[in-house]
Amino acid sequence: MSLLLEAHGLKKVFNRRVIFQNISFTVQERQTLLVTGRNGSGKSTLVKILGDVLSPTEGTVVLKQASDANVGKRVDWIGLVSPYLQLYDEFSAEENLQLACAMRGLRWHADDIHALLKKVFLYERRNDAVRTFSSGMKQRMKYAFALVHRPPILILDEPTSNLDTEGIQMVKDIMREQQEQGILIVATNDLTDVETYDLQVDLNAPH
Amino acid sequence: MPRTESPTRRWIRSAVSIFKKDWHSELRTRYAISALVMFVVTTISIMVFALGSESAPADVLSGMLWVVIFFAAMSGLSRTFVTEEERGTAMTLQLLATPGAVFCGKLLFNLVLVVGVNAFTVLLYTVFLSGFVIKTFSIFFFTILLGSIGLAASSTIIAGIIAKANTKGTLYPVLSFPILLPLLLTCINGTRLAAEGAFIEEAVGEFQFLVSYIVVVITASTVLFEYIWKD
Repeated sequence: MSLLLEAHGLKKVFNRRVIFQNISFTVQERQTLLVTGRNGSGKSTLVKILGDVLSPTEGTVVLKQASDANVGKRVDWIGLVSPYLQLYDEFSAEENLQLACAMRGLRWHADDIHALLKKVFLYERRNDAVRTFSSGMKQRMKYAFALVHRPPILILDEPTSNLDTEGIQMVKDIMREQQEQGILIVATNDLTDVETYDLQVDLNAPH
Repeated sequence: MPRTESPTRRWIRSAVSIFKKDWHSELRTRYAISALVMFVVTTISIMVFALGSESAPADVLSGMLWVVIFFAAMSGLSRTFVTEEERGTAMTLQLLATPGAVFCGKLLFNLVLVVGVNAFTVLLYTVFLSGFVIKTFSIFFFTILLGSIGLAASSTIIAGIIAKANTKGTLYPVLSFPILLPLLLTCINGTRLAAEGAFIEEAVGEFQFLVSYIVVVITASTVLFEYIWKD
């Protein structure tokens, strides 16, 4: 199973203002894509379009398997971590992950969910309502939320925001694992590890 | 996580889980239930005080019952989508479930809510407004049941539309009124027939209209909802 995510001529217009245009790229399994650009250049908008939660004004995003097998809905293949993503804060951490599985129409095993909560260092707080979490803990929960269905494509928008040292290390581990087994797309202004990415899209570059 | 089940089973599980999520959330926050119950209690109290010892005719009381039901629905049924937008969880829901499953789950939640509230409204109405006597229970039962389903179906799709707007509170009844008017007029007529003691055969036209209304609204909603839901 070799996956390809292709973007062709993406353009987004908000209130007659062109955010970006002519964005095209192809990213395949075991490749990483870095999306950069100034504040307001449309990084989060592009992430939402790739995540299939926002429609582009022009252009298409296509997910393919090398075997030409039907991939179905793109959202089934994608895990998304974004500042815009909010969890159901009246539910506990464990309930949120159960909900994420159930709303995707999947069955879940308590052991898998507990393992994921241990991975993001929230196992001890699994029965606490998410509203009682700090911003950093909520960011960790978003990683558990994004990984609960083991997505082949992981999209991270500002991946380390609000995280402490332990959290940043956790993100690096998750990114390394994803690099080895699927597609990783990161939108950030932090260019410290820019050389580790296979592809780069700069939204401020002329397209 | 295993993906071995058929898409239909996954779709059903997704829709049911959205309904359960909304229901558990409602039981913990009680936003919609509180708004609906308080509206019904307040309105019926005002009607009781306004009428005093006077007795209104059956057709007037039939109409007033649906006025209470309409505005109670307007005060609470939009919550299902508005809360998702206000709390920023709409994107989360878009990421987790297909538009069809979201609509079906939300419709199921509004249906349970509106049937429960309508039963409560009818109970209070019958107890406190002595002039309101139902002579043909079967007509009344089917009118309330079909009216509730039609009300839930229309309210759900309109809630999906207005959740994206800035003036949600005022837009909801304004947009709902023309769409719900045929349903309300038919329900008022059905309730009047039940209060007058008509035979059930006389209300068949009302029932046929209500069933057609429900089928048209649900079919149109499932086709249109994807375009409403996704920006």
